[in-house]
Amino acid sequence: MFNRDSWQEIFDTISKNKLRTFLSGFTVALGIFIFVILFGFGNGLKNSFKEFFVDDATNIFRLFPGRTNMPHNGFKSGRYIEFDNDDLAAIQKNFAFQIQYITPRITRNYTVKYKNKSNNYGLRAVAPGHQEAEKTILMKGRFINHQDVKNKTKYVVIGRLVEDDLFEGEDALGKYVNIGKRSFKVVGVFQDDGGDNEERFVYTAYTTNQLIEKNTDKVGQIIVAFKPIIGYAGAMEFEEELMAFMKKRHDINPKDESAIYLRNVADDLEQNQQFGSLLQIVVTFVGIGTLIAGIIGISNIMVYVVKERTKELGIRKAIGATPRSVIAMILQESIFITTAAGYIGLFGGIFLLSSLDNTLDDYFIKNPYIDMGTAIFATILLIIFGGIAGYVPARRAARIKPIVALRDE
Amino acid sequence: MIEIKDLHKSYKVGKNALHVLKGINFNIEEGELVAIMGSSGSGKSTLLNIIGMLDVADKGSYTLDGVPIKDLDETKAAKYRNKFLGFIFQSFNLINYKTALENVALPLYYQKVPRKERNEKAMKYLKDVGIDDWATHLPSELSGGQKQRVAIARAMAAESKVLLADEPTGALDSTTSYEVMQLIQEINDSGKTILVVTHENDIANMCKRIVLLKDGVIIEDKKINQVWASDHV
Repeated sequence: MFNRDSWQEIFDTISKNKLRTFLSGFTVALGIFIFVILFGFGNGLKNSFKEFFVDDATNIFRLFPGRTNMPHNGFKSGRYIEFDNDDLAAIQKNFAFQIQYITPRITRNYTVKYKNKSNNYGLRAVAPGHQEAEKTILMKGRFINHQDVKNKTKYVVIGRLVEDDLFEGEDALGKYVNIGKRSFKVVGVFQDDGGDNEERFVYTAYTTNQLIEKNTDKVGQIIVAFKPIIGYAGAMEFEEELMAFMKKRHDINPKDESAIYLRNVADDLEQNQQFGSLLQIVVTFVGIGTLIAGIIGISNIMVYVVKERTKELGIRKAIGATPRSVIAMILQESIFITTAAGYIGLFGGIFLLSSLDNTLDDYFIKNPYIDMGTAIFATILLIIFGGIAGYVPARRAARIKPIVALRDE
Repeated sequence: MIEIKDLHKSYKVGKNALHVLKGINFNIEEGELVAIMGSSGSGKSTLLNIIGMLDVADKGSYTLDGVPIKDLDETKAAKYRNKFLGFIFQSFNLINYKTALENVALPLYYQKVPRKERNEKAMKYLKDVGIDDWATHLPSELSGGQKQRVAIARAMAAESKVLLADEPTGALDSTTSYEVMQLIQEINDSGKTILVVTHENDIANMCKRIVLLKDGVIIEDKKINQVWASDHV
């Protein structure tokens, strides 16, 4: 069945029936091509979604102070916990191996004023690491740096919308704004993919804010970023160790769950990913639909092909072709064509996807791709169904008596 | 070569059975050239189809070259056809995308003859029927007479025992018909057994024996003095 001679016969038939070969090949190639493109676009949509809704770094823990609900070490229950500069230094020192950066975040509300315009904005007093944690993008100027923290400078970095609101087209860089009763110099303007609210903040050094607030050393919440290299398991371990360390420092019962909250961004991700998986379902549905259309297409072509060849098959049978050899011939031919065409469509689609890359960003399709496994699976599926689609009419044709096939119309 | 005893065949047409062959008995010896005649509906094509194993009889026995032909499944029929029989059709039935040479070589492909040997043999038979110059042409580039010659070469290429010709000249003008009959006579002279189904008297008279069918029975079976087709060309 698979000897050289029968292959020669197949190639002969294929090359001498170019239209037929082209039609069946084109259907399969197009089916796979569209599948790859649609699936890739779906993945691109997912990428855009991830970028919109998952704008923060994913390797961070947020520590919030709370209130104890268990007595411990002579302290009674109901005590308020506060973090201070010593906590920052202690965490930094103890977990130097795991930590990428650490930053406090003190959040206040202030009226910010420039000339005769003013508005209420959130003030975040932070360390330089905060830029990475929030993925803040600087449009101009710079972010709060270590010098600012050290020198308690009266510098601020304002959001894009703050500049829009207060400066009305004027360049804010280098200008002075009034926050509360004090004057601050604008050293940077930022944007943020997290949405409009994120762009209505004002950043300053946390030490500056502490100085304003009667030289306190309290820091509000603490954001700790771990090195991504420690992996998921390492992060979980670090989370536990960090909690134990902080509880010990603040004389909290190890079983007390309400004194310190630790929010792991990896857990937040899960919620967003539910919407992401909805998109995935849509993408899969579209993909399956395309494949079914392709299968129907190739089935129709195969029915047509076998019908067109009825007479030829009758002749072949009259001069000695067995039903088996007739079926084998049609199957071999259809599988060969679908395989070759399938891979043309596959690589055509992948090539187009990779050349598109990020050119469709404006249509929310970012970096479209398809993983090789899915693509090859789809191709093989189409080849199998192409084979089945060829087999059914081929078997019927092989059963037709030659006399019927040869009867003149 | 062929022995047929009490052959019956009927077709179902709606609820009625159409009794086409009502007990056919006849034998054909090796080297005979037999014309089967009859008007349309007389059952001559049905008889040829049964002899050609393209159709199965309801009743009766059929022996071909000493082999009883019965209980045929499609695979077995295909093998017997390939081994024993060569077909020549009124409408030639060449495969239209294959050249003359490839058409002639096709039965040999199903006999699993290697490609090179197959093509050599096919070329020899094309030469025998006098159109080896047209070997690389497609059927669409050939005249009716040439197509029938290719078909005859194909029937011979299988080196079968019997050639079955169903109205071989039906689609040809009389000059070409005589040329084809001349070729058939020559092949017969070299010893091949040939059956020709025809309704034309002049074609039938070029055979050695005429079997006349009417309403599913043989009404006449006579040996005749062969008219030489070459006399008419």
